[in-house]
Amino acid sequence: MVTNTSLAVNIENLGFHYPGNSGVTYHDLNLKIKEGERFGLFGPNGAGKTTLMNLMTGLLVADAGNIELLGHKIGTKSKAVNKLFGFVPQDFSFYQELSPIENLEFFGAWYGLNRKQIAQRSAELLEILGLTEVSHKAVENFSGGMKRRVNLAIGVIHNPKILFLDEPTVGVDVQTRHAIIDYLKQLNKNGTTLIYTSHQLSEAEGLCEQIALVDKGEIVREGKLDDLLEEYGHQDLEELFLNLTGKEYRN
Amino acid sequence: MFKLRASIIKDVRILLRDKVGISLMFIMPVILVIVVTSIQNSTFQLMNKNKLTVVVCNKDAGKLSAQLIATINKIGMFKVTQVAGDQNPQQIADGMHANDAMLAITIPADFTQKIEAKAKGSSNKALKSFGLQADSAKEVAPSAATPLILYYNPSIPESIRFSVNGALGSALQIVESRETLRTLYFAINEKEMPAALENEMQNGKAAINQVPVSKNGSTKAPNATQHNVPSWTIFAMFFIIMSLSGSVVREKISGSFIRLKTLPTNFAVGLLSKQITYLCVTLFQALVIFSLGIWVFPYINLPALNLPADIFGLFIVTLACGYCAVSYAICVGVFAHTQEQANGFGAVSIVILSAIGGLMVPSFAMPGALKTISTLSPLHWCIEAYYGLFLQGAGLKDVVISIIPLLGITLVFQGLTYIGLKRKNLI
Repeated sequence: MVTNTSLAVNIENLGFHYPGNSGVTYHDLNLKIKEGERFGLFGPNGAGKTTLMNLMTGLLVADAGNIELLGHKIGTKSKAVNKLFGFVPQDFSFYQELSPIENLEFFGAWYGLNRKQIAQRSAELLEILGLTEVSHKAVENFSGGMKRRVNLAIGVIHNPKILFLDEPTVGVDVQTRHAIIDYLKQLNKNGTTLIYTSHQLSEAEGLCEQIALVDKGEIVREGKLDDLLEEYGHQDLEELFLNLTGKEYRN
Repeated sequence: MFKLRASIIKDVRILLRDKVGISLMFIMPVILVIVVTSIQNSTFQLMNKNKLTVVVCNKDAGKLSAQLIATINKIGMFKVTQVAGDQNPQQIADGMHANDAMLAITIPADFTQKIEAKAKGSSNKALKSFGLQADSAKEVAPSAATPLILYYNPSIPESIRFSVNGALGSALQIVESRETLRTLYFAINEKEMPAALENEMQNGKAAINQVPVSKNGSTKAPNATQHNVPSWTIFAMFFIIMSLSGSVVREKISGSFIRLKTLPTNFAVGLLSKQITYLCVTLFQALVIFSLGIWVFPYINLPALNLPADIFGLFIVTLACGYCAVSYAICVGVFAHTQEQANGFGAVSIVILSAIGGLMVPSFAMPGALKTISTLSPLHWCIEAYYGLFLQGAGLKDVVISIIPLLGITLVFQGLTYIGLKRKNLI
């Protein structure tokens, strides 16, 4: 059922808890992300960023409330909404025994693309992400940076309208990080809404226009990054982050 | 359909790169079937074709011990090798080793004397009972005959030892009866018994006609190949658990599964793809092992595999066995948390299910309770169906009774898999 098409993500009165109340719990959470935004979701370890992203992608099922992606409810039996978004998890989410092209062939088919579309998009993505020369080699022998690029390529093969990115640049060198961030900006220019989490706050500053700071199952603050920095009088996101979430260790 | 095709291609690619998995699925069963068939073939030949070598140490110089040896030779079960009559037990044992014999017999020095005395005694008793005058001068109560000594290699199966004992008893009986008849004839007629009459009396017993009974009227005797090829084919099919359940667990615990859950395709398509891929693997395993039995075994001095007359029945049974094996492997993969769990449980459970299912020891030889338990093993129904086809000349309609329980067990595995996937929110 399509209800609100101007929002990429619309979360209303979300309630969620893990079995036995272990881990983060959400009560009555609301969040709106507009189409075409570059949205950053930040918080300390255990704050609930990944849980929220898993709820938005349907990996976890909410106890209460609604989550809509481009006006389509998520968490229903219909998987049609899953065509609208791509997901780049923090873990390498592909078959390491296969080559990049073989992974793209499989995931492309499962995203609902036909053979021609898969061939076109694969060639394009491998070229953009610098993987053409190794496109037929098993991914298990790749460096961490190359694997990150394969991970990203699979998540965007179907030209998603929303792209969820969970720490997409963790453990990569500066060159790969720049290449990935540049490509993400390019995707956004072409209309893809980016929803991004990372602990690389300096990187996030360059990428995200809108942010939400999450802690203990609540959205502490959300808004335009520049506005928030100005409001709190901080120079950068890291200072703002520490101010709003505290300096104590988190597990 | 395109998604399923892509999924099958992905599974085949991963499978072909899993060298250890392929070795376990193909090389291991091929080695097993060759080794076990060779070993069992030797035992089969020992029991069915080869004569048992028996070393005979004849300490008696009389005619009856010679007749006994001739009678033993005539039985057709033994290859007699005579050694000098003055040998002690150690020398006889050495003679057994030297002649590669499992058996040896010592005929005592007084064998002829004791049998003649016994015959005389029996003859006199018979004459008295007829009211005729016996030879009173020589009427002495015969002492018991000195026993023959049968030496045997302890590794010889008990059933063979009993057969040998029975055969030797028959030979002794023939010699004793003949001597008693001769003595009695001489006592009555005071002349030697005519050879023609002796032969008639000795050989005129009722014949035993042997009639082979099989479902298709085949007279071919089962051999080690007919037994082992189906058994180890089933074992190989179920051993795909090492690769398949590991593949399910690997997919579950690896990051790829997280992405799969976010895709607009149901994970059931992935499981269907694995079922199709691995079902083809099980059929290919059967093809390889059957081909080995048909074309390679004769080159390594093993009996060639005779395929059942009902080839369609064979295909259906193989399909049912393969599908059950695949269902079991996926079920274990869904419930296992780690690859180590899946591999460990998978391997041990297959060995146990094989043992109780009758792949290693025939289920008819099991004690009562174990026989009942064996029906819970899917491998039991697989082997029952295969034995029906391969050994009893049965057709598909005859082995349906084994296929139905097998499909029932397969449904249980499929049901458990569905419950496991639902509980883990995977479908």
